[in-house]
Amino acid sequence: MAGSRGRGRSQFSFSVDALGFGRGDCLPSSAHTPSPLYPPMQFRPVPLHTGEEVDYMLALKQELRASSKNLPFHIKAARTKTDVARYSDKYQNGETKNNCIEWSPDWSRMPKELCIKVRKPRKTGERNSIIIITNTLEKREEEQHSEEEEDEEKKKQNEEEPDADEDYDEEELEDTDYIMSYFDNGEDFGADSEDNMDEAVY
Amino acid sequence: MTAQEVRLCGLLLQEHFGDVVEKVGTHLIRSGVLTLRALAHETKLPLDLVKKSLCVLMQHGMCAFGAGRRGPAGPVEYHIICEHILHMLRYPRYIYTAKSLYGDTGELIVEEILQRGQMTMSSTVKTVADRLTHNMPEGQSMDYSEVVSAFSRLVETHFLQRCPPMASAGSSSSEAVNTPLPVWSTRMVYIVPVKIELMHKCQGKRRRSSEDGEAEQRAAKKTKTDNSERGDEGIYWQVNFQRFHLHFRDQAIISAVSCKLDQTSSEIVRTMLRMSEVTTPAHAAFTQALSANEIFRALPFSYNIARPILDQYLTLLVNDPMEFVGRTGDSGGGMYVVNLHRALANLARATLESVVQERFGSRSARIFRLLLRKRHLEQKQVEDFAMVPAKEAKDMLYTLLSENLVQLQEIPKTPDYAPSRTFYLYTVNQLPTARLLLQHCYKTVGNLIERRLYETKENKRLLEKSQQIEAILASLQATGAEAAQLTEVEEMITAPERQQLESLQHHINKLDSSENQVDETIFLLESYINSTQR
Repeated sequence: MAGSRGRGRSQFSFSVDALGFGRGDCLPSSAHTPSPLYPPMQFRPVPLHTGEEVDYMLALKQELRASSKNLPFHIKAARTKTDVARYSDKYQNGETKNNCIEWSPDWSRMPKELCIKVRKPRKTGERNSIIIITNTLEKREEEQHSEEEEDEEKKKQNEEEPDADEDYDEEELEDTDYIMSYFDNGEDFGADSEDNMDEAVY
Repeated sequence: MTAQEVRLCGLLLQEHFGDVVEKVGTHLIRSGVLTLRALAHETKLPLDLVKKSLCVLMQHGMCAFGAGRRGPAGPVEYHIICEHILHMLRYPRYIYTAKSLYGDTGELIVEEILQRGQMTMSSTVKTVADRLTHNMPEGQSMDYSEVVSAFSRLVETHFLQRCPPMASAGSSSSEAVNTPLPVWSTRMVYIVPVKIELMHKCQGKRRRSSEDGEAEQRAAKKTKTDNSERGDEGIYWQVNFQRFHLHFRDQAIISAVSCKLDQTSSEIVRTMLRMSEVTTPAHAAFTQALSANEIFRALPFSYNIARPILDQYLTLLVNDPMEFVGRTGDSGGGMYVVNLHRALANLARATLESVVQERFGSRSARIFRLLLRKRHLEQKQVEDFAMVPAKEAKDMLYTLLSENLVQLQEIPKTPDYAPSRTFYLYTVNQLPTARLLLQHCYKTVGNLIERRLYETKENKRLLEKSQQIEAILASLQATGAEAAQLTEVEEMITAPERQQLESLQHHINKLDSSENQVDETIFLLESYINSTQR
């Protein structure tokens, strides 16, 4: 209260021993910097559980992680072309495009607006052969590589996993006489190892 | 959605579905509800990619759609269900539980359905049978009927459930509003349709010669066209996470009883929980009342304890301060219930106490436990009850206060809150503290995942090299190479690189294990918090 200011000047409004330190005790120094990012721990953490169950669940977790990268649900954006259009682009259809969906969801359970219509660019007389192929799948021995046919096959599959690697380097595609590595224009070489230039590349 | 939950959801989505889905998913979590066009515009991604991501999220039950704000005539709006994304952390535990209950078949069924989100029964059975046949020795093959029976058992015990039919979305508005959802009752959720015709035997193990790759393809394509005749189109099954959570909760209670008391008491509690599995609704505070006579009859044969001993055990359980079992009546030799919510609260309290003990020492833990029991205490009382010297008690209390584990409550004697005339009481509130710890757990898992990604990225070159060498070795072995060639290839990895690889693998294993273990704590705290909300 302001009125009692004149009397008992040395009295504070709180009792000193409730503070926890007496006169003349040194206080902990005030902080000049933010507290450290990794403060030293007083007590070591308890070791992890071990046992068969733990190991099995660990293996399961790592397997699930690895296999989910191969499922069609793992979506990668298509690489945009930054350069001039090249002749070899016609023969390099291995990249995923944005407008095709690699698995077939049940469209009746999803809103209609999500249905992705696959646009088929008009090509030469191979168009008719595609229709024949889908009807007589047993007779084909080579797999056709163009993305439209992949979609046709996959729509028949009912959520099965995509076929294993199209090893397009060794199959005949597009009826050319050259193997596909002929059309590799070397743009992918060294594209991934831009960092860590310490090691010399021979 | 808290910041830590959003961060963790983003990391999980990125791990399983890639960057595109992560971007779409996190933006949708932050915005709440959005239409397709708004989402595409705000994330600046091409529309097709956004559509694909939403399809993926809906397939896995993480995204739902509904009529928008402008009513059924307007655009459809999407929102994310965060819990289902966070459940991805727990997938290994679900699969392991299915394995322990229903063997390898059950394990593979649950794994397939978890990875695919929703599946029809016929495609699940076929895929699982193929996988099992692949792992069997030559000549044997897996019978479809075994897989079907495992599937049916999973459905009967409610571990799998049917996906509810989607209300017609984005189509003619008046029909959707006027006709109620037909014949969808909760009973149908767990009924397996019987009129499914399946090929009874799998094709048998394929021959290993390489030119049979084409034969495989032909056979596979033939069966693909058979799919449409299976008869269960449109009936999709998903994993019932809630049932798994109830099972985990029961397991936690049983193991707590066996730690605190002994094996026989835990068997008694296990029997009681098993008997009331189907009769207890999901969010009940306690199970149905069971008489001692019923419990005695239902005990497993290996435990032939006498009736008076059973009564003694039950009395012991009732009198235990953890209050797992309660007595509600006297008929039939005594009516007993398992107190589910109280058990969860006690388990959460034990978790909090153990966290304080491991972080701050046993004396701080003693102060913490004291405050939990006695609710509000003054500084002086804390020192006296905890039998800790004054200076150290103050130090510990202030540390706990700065970590927000302990709160200060002011009770003024005079209206002007003068410090000499106010009581300052320390208190611990269990529920807010549990929420705080849960957020810490989410942050921890996020940190663990980020560290693992960092470690992998640092050693990417080495990992790729080792993968290439493994591939070369495998192909050499397949074409029958000599031992000299194999050793030559193996030596392409130098010894220090090998050591580095080993230590990297060791670190990654440790980080993964830690994630699994933190998830157990997350489950306990989440169950406790959810139980208080009903």
